[in-house]
Amino acid sequence: MTWAERWEMIVRWAPMLWDGTLVTLQLVGIAVVVGLFFAIPLGLGRASRHWYIRALPYSYIFFFRGTPLLLQLFLVYYGLSQFQVVRDSALWPYLREPYWCALITMTLHTAAYIAEILRGAIQAVPPGEVEAARALGMSRRQALWHIILPRAVRIGMPAYGNEVILMLKASAVVYTVTLLDIMGVVRTLNARTYQYEMFFLIAGLIYLVITLVFTQLFKLVERWLKVDASRNR
Amino acid sequence: MTIRLSLASVALGLLLGLLGASAKISTSAPLRGVGGFYTSVVRGVPETLWVLMAYYGTTSMMNWLGSHFGNPYLTLSPFAAGTIALGLCFGAYATEVFRGALLSLSPGQREAGLALGMSRLRIFWRITLPQLWRVALPGLGNLYLIMLKDTALVSLISLEEVMRKAQVAANATKEPFTFYFMAALIYLGLTVIIMGALHWFEYRANRGYTRTEL
Repeated sequence: MTWAERWEMIVRWAPMLWDGTLVTLQLVGIAVVVGLFFAIPLGLGRASRHWYIRALPYSYIFFFRGTPLLLQLFLVYYGLSQFQVVRDSALWPYLREPYWCALITMTLHTAAYIAEILRGAIQAVPPGEVEAARALGMSRRQALWHIILPRAVRIGMPAYGNEVILMLKASAVVYTVTLLDIMGVVRTLNARTYQYEMFFLIAGLIYLVITLVFTQLFKLVERWLKVDASRNR
Repeated sequence: MTIRLSLASVALGLLLGLLGASAKISTSAPLRGVGGFYTSVVRGVPETLWVLMAYYGTTSMMNWLGSHFGNPYLTLSPFAAGTIALGLCFGAYATEVFRGALLSLSPGQREAGLALGMSRLRIFWRITLPQLWRVALPGLGNLYLIMLKDTALVSLISLEEVMRKAQVAANATKEPFTFYFMAALIYLGLTVIIMGALHWFEYRANRGYTRTEL
């Protein structure tokens, strides 16, 4: 195969690769944002003083962090159809779709990781600041909203950025449930053109570029939140 | 098979990690460049892609290599491909862990070794490595737990590990939830066992040291 032929092939399939990139970005984007909202009650519960509040978030986090995303995806996509109840339920039109299954699994998966980041961040808030807030007459709830959470968000931000990139890479498994994300498009093109190395290389480059862009974006966000300034205690 | 694969990948990964860390803190700029390139490229690309690339992407190269040895159908087995891919990824992350650990050792120790007339290799083996192990252990333990879950990806190139077996059983019995859930329990069980083992290793490695407690 000559370079001209290769180039022509890349140009021909570029729109499809672009669509795949959009699918990946969409899945990751929705999962990490919705996951963050799920993670807040989980992380707060996990940092609770009472064991009965801690227990449920703890087991949730343990399960989702202790098993592979691929397995969780299969559990949702193939596994749930085993139950007649699920197939009769109103959610079935969604749970039958690979897209929704991937989105649900990724959200639940990343929520567990983000919750753990949040717990670490909450526990890293200097206790003196919480005590100071309480001494100023703030209620527990006020201290949580005005002191603990804003502080924890800044402490946890760099770890959250890492989690987004980890999710981007983990999202490559969704092609196994027939979704056409970057990896799915590449596998389709592998089968159609019998070209393996070239498309793997292109996929690698696409992921690398997205990773780089995300890293830079998170640097901007960190600067905007003044993460550095709030770090020296 | 899952355990065997993870152990083989760790062995390769530790080696790559040590080499990578030595390259990254070396005084020669090209070596540092190679180390930096390795970690940033490997960590920026999904593990799934590495696994598929190690298996499907190497066929023509292996065939070409094999044709020189009189075996034009030479290919990597799923196990070999999986080990290479996971080892490569583990190595990239381990590089960072080792680099941090190497930098935490005081240079005076190495200089003392030099003053005693020890060779570089001997200093590495007798002075650096035993201390490195202690500092790097918690980080490496985390990486191992992450990698254990990545072994599930090797089912995509049809290696008969836990995930693949669950898939086969699920298809045969039409009870996917039961078998995938069993596989999940196996992964959780392995995680618990490894966490226990790591705890013991850390306890052993930290004999004679006091722990910083808040």
